[in-house]
Amino acid sequence: MSKRKLEALFQTLIKEDKKAFTAYIMGGDGGIDRLEKDLLFLQESGADLIEVGVPFSDPVADGPVIQEAGLRALKNGVSLEMILNKLTEIKEKITVPIILMTYINPVLQYGLEQFADASRQGGIAGCIFPDLPYEEEALVKEHLAAADIAIIRLAALTSGAERLKTLTSDSEGFIYAVTVNGVTGERAELNAAEIKNKIDKIKSFTNTPVLAGFGISSADAAQSLLPSCEGVIVGSKIVQAFHEGRKEEIREFISSIKGLSLISG
Amino acid sequence: MSKPSYSMPDQNGKYGVFGGKFVPETLMAAITELEEAYQTIGRSEEFREEFQDLLKNYVGRSTPLYFAKRLSEKLGGAKIYLKREDLNHTGAHKINNTLGQALLAKRMGKNKVVAETGAGQHGVATATVCALLDMEAVIFMGEEDIQRQKLNVYRMELLGAKVVSVTQGSRTLKDAVNEALRYWVSNIDDTHYIMGSVLGPHPFPQIVRDFQSVIGSETKAQFQAAENRLPDYVVACIGGGSNAMGMFYPFIEDQEVSLIGVEAAGKGLETPFHAASLTKGKKGILHGAHMYLLQSGDGQIQEAHSISAGLDYPGVGPEHSYLMEEGRVTYTSVTDEEALSAFHLLTRTEGIIPALESSHAIAHAVKLAPRLDQNSSMVICLSGRGDKDVDTIRKMEGRSEHE
Repeated sequence: MSKRKLEALFQTLIKEDKKAFTAYIMGGDGGIDRLEKDLLFLQESGADLIEVGVPFSDPVADGPVIQEAGLRALKNGVSLEMILNKLTEIKEKITVPIILMTYINPVLQYGLEQFADASRQGGIAGCIFPDLPYEEEALVKEHLAAADIAIIRLAALTSGAERLKTLTSDSEGFIYAVTVNGVTGERAELNAAEIKNKIDKIKSFTNTPVLAGFGISSADAAQSLLPSCEGVIVGSKIVQAFHEGRKEEIREFISSIKGLSLISG
Repeated sequence: MSKPSYSMPDQNGKYGVFGGKFVPETLMAAITELEEAYQTIGRSEEFREEFQDLLKNYVGRSTPLYFAKRLSEKLGGAKIYLKREDLNHTGAHKINNTLGQALLAKRMGKNKVVAETGAGQHGVATATVCALLDMEAVIFMGEEDIQRQKLNVYRMELLGAKVVSVTQGSRTLKDAVNEALRYWVSNIDDTHYIMGSVLGPHPFPQIVRDFQSVIGSETKAQFQAAENRLPDYVVACIGGGSNAMGMFYPFIEDQEVSLIGVEAAGKGLETPFHAASLTKGKKGILHGAHMYLLQSGDGQIQEAHSISAGLDYPGVGPEHSYLMEEGRVTYTSVTDEEALSAFHLLTRTEGIIPALESSHAIAHAVKLAPRLDQNSSMVICLSGRGDKDVDTIRKMEGRSEHE
């Protein structure tokens, strides 16, 4: 039933003219036991979706903040299996859809079938694999389909029209629109016009919701993007704030963006 | 019926289950562009002529296939020939590939390149061709490696390249690749990534193999001219695997030729300090390709260890991974100690100081040759010269300059 959770969320949000705020955290940063506290905190603070990152030794799509958070988690001995076990353990307390973001190698070593099965038990609604482009999706597709888990595809600023058409065909959950040519992490400025064009192009091919992410760290940046998409994803800013114990800032940040989304929506 | 001819990779960039394009979506357009450019520009008469001309007049090809008489006599078995890639400009096989890729990038309208380097050989070869072709080069190198290879860093800077110190992760080659990939994602519009080995997403393993296959093609012709047949054994060292792939590829369909790849066993396969990804690793996905990797049970990539910085990478290219599973190539390993002893042996018997990487191939020959009869023959790929390693060896063996 997990994939349906995403569909239901977007139906509600669209009906109420609201936007989705997605928070990313690194699973196991600060130890595996912090995961539950952080998830509940984000849920209570108004996050509509939560992306849980899985630490990997070589995260080529990530900037310094998430790289370091991943290394801290690895030093704590955290693995994909531990994260999925923890999510299964606390699943009754979590009402927002959980998206797992993981590089593909830990999944491959865990075993594709075991991974799909454990993810289903953990209540995972969708998976994002930053190093698994459309061409390689077949590796996991069957297993995740059987577990009723969405594969969330990424669309980049470098993806041309033909490519977007391919990426949006049979897309599930939402499309993750990558807003910079680069890695994750806070940016002083985003090219809002270019991003808007790209999102419009995506929307010309599909009704699947579009969430924008990579480099969004301010209410201003979110405000410039929210009118053209269904929501935003914020990672590095939240990861760093949790790491430094600035939880109130996270709550305020979510409120400010949720407030915006009401105005702009 | 004859066996169907070898045609890897397939149209999806796969070698059996290995290879592929496991990269972030932002890179897909550039990889597709490169694939197309390689099929069109890379196969054009004009490109090939320019490439061949520079290989001959700038790199100094063809390199000799040298009959190592004293070494053969000393080992007392097979006749041993050395393919002298150490005599190339910049002292190793690396330039065959950097020259090809830089020419391709230039014709694709990309005037900037990014590359990773471990010991600095690929970095120097990249900086060299960028000076030649008036291109900008940014080279990522682990902080640890920068400390170990200061002269190569200075060489790259003399040639006009910008060397960026990588302080993330283990601060060695694997992390330099991560940073180079991140840089490429951020500068995708005007920058080409010159991958240094038969690694990375398709089409890199194929392009690097093809540019390096000049090694094997020359060897085949030179051996024919000298012995009027094919060699019984062809031996090459394997880090990522580019000199070996370039050497083996033209021999793949010649079943009578035994192909042997030699990995770095470091302090020993029973210790955690080795770089034997094929011998001791498991299948996995890193830096764009499905291949054999040194990794933990939960899929975290482990650090490789070898006396030779050029073999210090925790994976082996997808085509080697495939050729091992197919049984066409045999992969073995030698320890730091064995490589070091082969280094001294070649230096003293032939007056050739080999790179520590190449010393691994020689070390295997030292074991194999005496077991073969005098009618059999062996070619060793001497992939680079050892000048860069002399200081490391001097320090390691505790000799002062005045002794």
